[in-house]
Amino acid sequence: MSDVNSVILLVVILLNFFTLGSARLVACIRAAALQGALLALLPVTVHGLSGHSLMLATGAFTLKGLFIPWLLLRAIREVRIRREMEPLIGLVPTLFLGVLATVAAFLFADRLPLLLEHQDGLLVPASLATMLTGFLLLMTRRKAITQVVGYLILENGIFIFGVLLSTAMPLVVEAGVLLDLLVAVFVMGIVLNQINREFSTINTERLSALKE
Amino acid sequence: MTAHLLVHLLVLLLFAPLLPGVITRTKARFAGRRGAPLLQPYYDLLRLWRKGFVLSRTTTWVFSAGPVVALVVPILAALLLPFGALPAPLSFEGDLILFVYLFALARFFTVAAALDTGSSFEGMGAAREVTFACLAEPTLMFALLVLAKLSGGLSLGTLFGTHLPASWGGAAGPALGLILVCLFVVLLVENSRIPFDDPNTHLELTMIHEVMVLDHSGPAFGMILYGAALKLMVLGSMLVRLALPWNSGVWFLDLLIYLGGLLLLAVLIGVVESIMARLRLVRVPQVLIGTSLVSVFALVLVLR
Repeated sequence: MSDVNSVILLVVILLNFFTLGSARLVACIRAAALQGALLALLPVTVHGLSGHSLMLATGAFTLKGLFIPWLLLRAIREVRIRREMEPLIGLVPTLFLGVLATVAAFLFADRLPLLLEHQDGLLVPASLATMLTGFLLLMTRRKAITQVVGYLILENGIFIFGVLLSTAMPLVVEAGVLLDLLVAVFVMGIVLNQINREFSTINTERLSALKE
Repeated sequence: MTAHLLVHLLVLLLFAPLLPGVITRTKARFAGRRGAPLLQPYYDLLRLWRKGFVLSRTTTWVFSAGPVVALVVPILAALLLPFGALPAPLSFEGDLILFVYLFALARFFTVAAALDTGSSFEGMGAAREVTFACLAEPTLMFALLVLAKLSGGLSLGTLFGTHLPASWGGAAGPALGLILVCLFVVLLVENSRIPFDDPNTHLELTMIHEVMVLDHSGPAFGMILYGAALKLMVLGSMLVRLALPWNSGVWFLDLLIYLGGLLLLAVLIGVVESIMARLRLVRVPQVLIGTSLVSVFALVLVLR
């Protein structure tokens, strides 16, 4: 194993595949939480121990690893669903698309004009792959809650990219992004409850049907 | 050369039946029982060898060819594969293709023998076996391709050669870790182990491999059991070499590392079988497609 970073990022990519291939919501949320918790280690492993990176790590860990997953698990319990019954595209095709997206991310990252020290690492391709996975989840799933998980994974991808810039980026920006995410999940939670109350299901397809 | 060949074959033929014994023992220990003696598979083979053949009148020579091929093929495949740090007796460029398709040949004959009995029940098992084998093959191929890219050669001797410790330490370490896991899954599928198939149950709806060999008896069944043990050892050798890639230089020490690794692998299989439930049949293809995709991803990691 070359170093801790690439192992973490590799596990992150494998978790991407897992969320794409799994129909069980609880497992998906757990995977996203684990991914968030692992990513929270990145600022420390990339930039070393400092007040800035420690703050970033603890903030990301509590929000992505603990609080948001807890909210999502609670939401699942409220609306009583366990699994994504029928995704728009089947699970195996989504998995294929996910691998294609990952490969594309790797090819694309090699073309990017990066700094020499980022050229060979996994950081950039892993971030692109994670973002694309988040997009795929957002697009291909019907249940609002899996879409929230997709949003979470999308944000994880952005976070990996942010780690590259974190020495140049003030803490306020990071905090802002994390807060954004939290608010988005809150809003989604409220919307979820509303959809559930109106239609007694949380299938977002119903939203596109007109009601008089 | 001849001495080397003899040692290779003796290690294979004498050691292989111990592995199922270790697996059974581990499972028994996990369940809180004392378990059968470690040498039980040897006793079973002896007992089966002393029995007579019982052949159905509807069967032809294909039925008896199945077990023979199932026994001979792993021996042939073992000649191509280095055992730990000990080099393979037979090696040429591109022998990895032969290695993979030798097992396909064995499967073809097992399936043909099962179909030859004319029982619809065995046909069902044959269909399942072939389906899962099709899906396991890409994983194996991609894993070997990763190794071929890393070593720059196309024979199994080079693939599992002395470059492995350096590769583990270098940038290819994560890719090697991925294919190690993928190969473990392939090992479980090919040897009909628990998350995919249970060699001990005789429940019609869930049997895969076991259903195809139900009609074999006596020495034929012994050949099948022996062949299965050899196959486990041959496929396990790849995993052991990947996980414990050290060369000590002394052949006896190398052999000990290799055999110890195999025993560890058997214990690991026993643990997996004890803590996992069987997958539903529809989930098995999904898992296999997943491992194929992961090994493709490992290839991408190596190629970039």
